[in-house]
Parts: sequence; C-alpha cells; structure tokens
Amino acid sequence: MKVLGIDTSNMPLGIALVDGDVVKGEFITNVKKDHSSRAMPAIESLLRQCGIGPKELDLIVVAKGPGSYTGVRIGVTIAKTLAWSLGIPIAGVSSLEVLAANGRYFPGVIVPLFDARRGHIYTGLYRYEGGALRCLEEDRIVAADEWARRLGERGEDVLLIGADAPLYSELFRSHLGKRVHVTPPSLALPRPSELVMLGKEKERENAHAFVPNYLRLAEAEAKWLAKQKGERNDGDRCSISSNDHS
Amino acid sequence: MNEDVYVLGIETSCDETAAAVVKNGKKILSNVVASQMESHRRFGGVVPEIASRHHVEQITLVIEEAMRQSGVSFADLDAVAVTAGPGLVGALLVGVNAAKALAFAHGLPLIGVHHIAGHIYANQLVAEMKFPLLALVVSGGHTELVYMEGHETFAVIGETRDDAAGEAYDKVARALGLPYPGGPHIDRLAHEGEPVIDLPRAWLEEGSYDFSFSGLKSAVLNALHNAKQRGEEIDVRQMAASFQESVVDVLVTKTVQAAKEYRVRQVLLAGGVAANHGLRAALQDKMKKELPNVELIIPPLSLCTDNAAMIAAAGTVLYQQGKRADLALNANPSLPLV
Ligand SMILES: [Zn+2]
Repeated sequence: MKVLGIDTSNMPLGIALVDGDVVKGEFITNVKKDHSSRAMPAIESLLRQCGIGPKELDLIVVAKGPGSYTGVRIGVTIAKTLAWSLGIPIAGVSSLEVLAANGRYFPGVIVPLFDARRGHIYTGLYRYEGGALRCLEEDRIVAADEWARRLGERGEDVLLIGADAPLYSELFRSHLGKRVHVTPPSLALPRPSELVMLGKEKERENAHAFVPNYLRLAEAEAKWLAKQKGERNDGDRCSISSNDHS
Repeated sequence: MNEDVYVLGIETSCDETAAAVVKNGKKILSNVVASQMESHRRFGGVVPEIASRHHVEQITLVIEEAMRQSGVSFADLDAVAVTAGPGLVGALLVGVNAAKALAFAHGLPLIGVHHIAGHIYANQLVAEMKFPLLALVVSGGHTELVYMEGHETFAVIGETRDDAAGEAYDKVARALGLPYPGGPHIDRLAHEGEPVIDLPRAWLEEGSYDFSFSGLKSAVLNALHNAKQRGEEIDVRQMAASFQESVVDVLVTKTVQAAKEYRVRQVLLAGGVAANHGLRAALQDKMKKELPNVELIIPPLSLCTDNAAMIAAAGTVLYQQGKRADLALNANPSLPLV
C-alpha cells in the first residue's frame, strides 16, 4: 500500500511517501515561507524521486490541525482534492498527535504544543502504551500557565515537544521543576512519516466531507455568537433581515 | 489542429465556490456555483476566514458536480484553469491548491487566470469578441475600464481611486438600513423613487477615465445624518434613486466617452454590478443614441456575478496561446491585470 502524507499545518512543511512498511522518502523544511507555492512542488518532486506516480497511491494522510488556519487549509485542500479525484480514501491525524509521536521512548507523559499567541498554546496529553500512542487528554487551546499547573498536579515526568516548546519551557519548569524535559531541535519538528504511520491506523474518511480541525471558531463567528447569547438573555431577538422598506 | 478544447475552471476569490467545464472557450457544459451569501449575511459582509472555511467544505463537491453535469471525464480535459488573483488570499488559496492537485493527479496543464480577465471573457460565452473593444468591469471589488486590442492584451485606461462601485452600493445600503447584500435592494428601490436629491458626481480631471465614489458615499451619509438631526425622514426610495443615478451617470458617460476616443467595435459590461438594471438600461440607451454602430454586450446575470465558466473561458485562450503555470502557482491577492 502506497501512502502519501502531507503536513502544512504549522511552519514546518512535511511530505512523506510510505510503501507498505518502508518509508520511501521524507521531505521536511522549517522555514518561514508560504506553503502554497511549495507544497505541490514538494509532493511532485518526492513522488518522482521515488518513482511512483499519483495514480499508484492508495491513501492520502493529512495533518488536519490545529495550527495556522491558512496552513491547515492548504494541506487539507490538496489532500482531499487528490483523494477525491484519484478515487482513494483520506485519513486525518491531529497535528499535535504527529508531534507527540517524536516522544516514542519517553517513559512519562508527552505534551506536544504549538504557540497560539497571547500566552495560549494548542496542546494535548499523550503517552506511549505498549508501543502505541494514546491520547490521554484531547487537543485543546489553553492558557499555557493553566496547562502547566494542571500537569504539575499529575506528578509525572513531562516531555515538551515542538519548535515553540522553548518559548514555554521556563513557565513549565516553574510548575514542574526537574520533571520537565524538552526535546532537542532535531526532535522538535513533526515527522511526516509518523503522520503516515498514525494515519494508516485511523478511520478512512470521505474526501468531500473532510474538513480541518481548527479547534477554534473564526473570530467573527465567536463574537456573533456571544452577541446572540447576550441579546437572548435580554429577551431581545436579533433580526438582521427583518428590515422592511417596501 | 481542429480538436475541441475542454477546460475545467475553478473560482474561489470571494464568497462563491465555483467550478465549470467549458468547450472551446465558448460553450458552457456546466457552471456550478455554491454561494455563501446566506452565511455572511449575519455579519453584514463577507468575513474572509469564514469564506475560506466554506471553500474547503465545498470545493470537491462543487468540482465533482461540474464534472458530472458536463459529462466530461478527467481524461477528456485539456487543462485546469483557476483564478490566481486578485481576491481574498485565504479564499483564493483553496481554489489554487485544488487546481494544482487536480493538474498533478491527472497530468493536466495548469493555467492561472486573472479574475478581471475572467469577468471580461464571460462575454465570450454569449458572443464573439471583436477587437478593439472596451470593457467596463464593475463589481464589489472593482471598477475598471479596460481596453483590449486583441485577446489577452489588457490596458487599464481608468480605475477607481477609492471605493469600487459595488462597495459604495453596499455601504450606502447599510446606511439606509437595507439587508446585505445591498446592491440589488438599491436597484429595486431606485425604480420606485425619483432622483430628486442633489448628489455629487466625481468627474475628476478633464479627460480622465478614473472613478471616485467615496465622495458620493460621504454625501449620502451626510444627508442621512443631517436629516436625522433635524428630525426629518428621508424617503429611502428617493435616496436610492438619486444615489444610483449619480453612480450610473458617471459610469455610462465615461464608458461612452472612452468608446468614442478609442474607436472600439464593441463595449462589454462585466462584473457583479452589471446585473444592475439601472446601469444596463442607461448604458443601452446612451449607446443607442451616441454610438449606434458599436455593439454592446451584456451577459446574463449568472455570468456577471462570480462564476467559473468565465475563468475557463479566459483560461482557454491562455491555453491556446501556450501559456502555462507550474505547480508553484500561488494565490496573489493583488495580482495586476497587466
Ligand atoms: Zn468578481
């Protein structure tokens, strides 16, 4: 089975091709350049170098977020369009889970994270059990301080993974002391081959219905919903379209 | 080389997810548009992030429907054409990346199309383009007079210096308390009212084909504000009629003037505001009186608003000229026409 993996959900761009149990090729960059102009050329180049044509693919696996809204959309759009038009299934994997896979031999709990700005992080809680990655607490966006405090209460060793992890290592240390471990830079980037391996075990999804997992509403929608709620509490109903001028 | 050319067009520059298959750049085999208007109505305008999210949800469904209706298979296609700009960058990115994925998966040539070129080539779906020609492109994002000596050679001889005509319509409509999108409501109300309110027309310097609508918009807002201060009620129909007349007067006068100066054979009306009845009628009227020998082409409503058939039509000409994009094609929110 030939599987293409695509991860454009954060700054690293990752593409992998896995044939059966063999990782045929992997492409990773970690530069501040747009994914849109580089993702398809990277896919084309990797497949060509591996001598595999697009029509030979059996499955597309994509990192479905969280991450940069635009970044996630580029990967998901490419993945679902390829899957639908080639008539093959698609599988999605949490972008945080892919990162957590880098902590395979860590005995404690694994905390992958991406900076979500204003002191918040995208994160989740994972652990390897019997060689399989298990999600202990689902992906979320949370204040880093609160997350560090909660992890401190667990009393376990914690592995922070991610290119943004150094930004928060001091904060975590203040809650967890020596129980905090941070991956070196060589293990801080999500591996697209891990993405594929995880994706192969996931449920196959219909390409048309496949959407990113943003973990957050669009700002305008969140504000609108908050306003609706406020107005309903006042016993007031919103009726934007009821203006009648005829 | 008399083989038929089949091009799949994809358009996601604003709030419509669209795909179409066009034969030889002229015959529409399918033209599917999924509008997000209902979703954006509650915000009173298009919210870019929400538009982008809808595009991702819709994109493959819309392309599949366009392929199904056309009866054409991927193997029959000659190229995939996609709007590369201008527009909302996050929205454009969905169409561009879907198009690139399709082109790669099926070994098809990829063509990047300028959105305004698309609007102009919508005309080729209803009539033969005859050069030299002049196109008036008016939409929510654009107000441009484009002169063409031949296929895919564009010269922008006039453009708006501030608001696009459609933008002015939306802002004035909001001030009048009309629901989004306001353009069609103003058009409808204008027919019920008389243009009795004196509003400015921005002619700019002698001989300029540029436009400016922000002064007019401010004049409307001021008039409404002053009336409110005095406790008077302004008749919405009269304001709509007066505003529309001011916009249409400038658009039509400058278009006819340019058509005369450039001695064109054809005048094309393009873009979403081309659906405006007041504009269509005034342009038809003035052309008949002053330029009876120049052909005026106004496409049907479905081809004036954003659609992908127009992108496929423009893309077909580029394809025939041998123009190709590669897989590094990117969305460019401010892509220049020339
Ligand atoms: Zn348009």
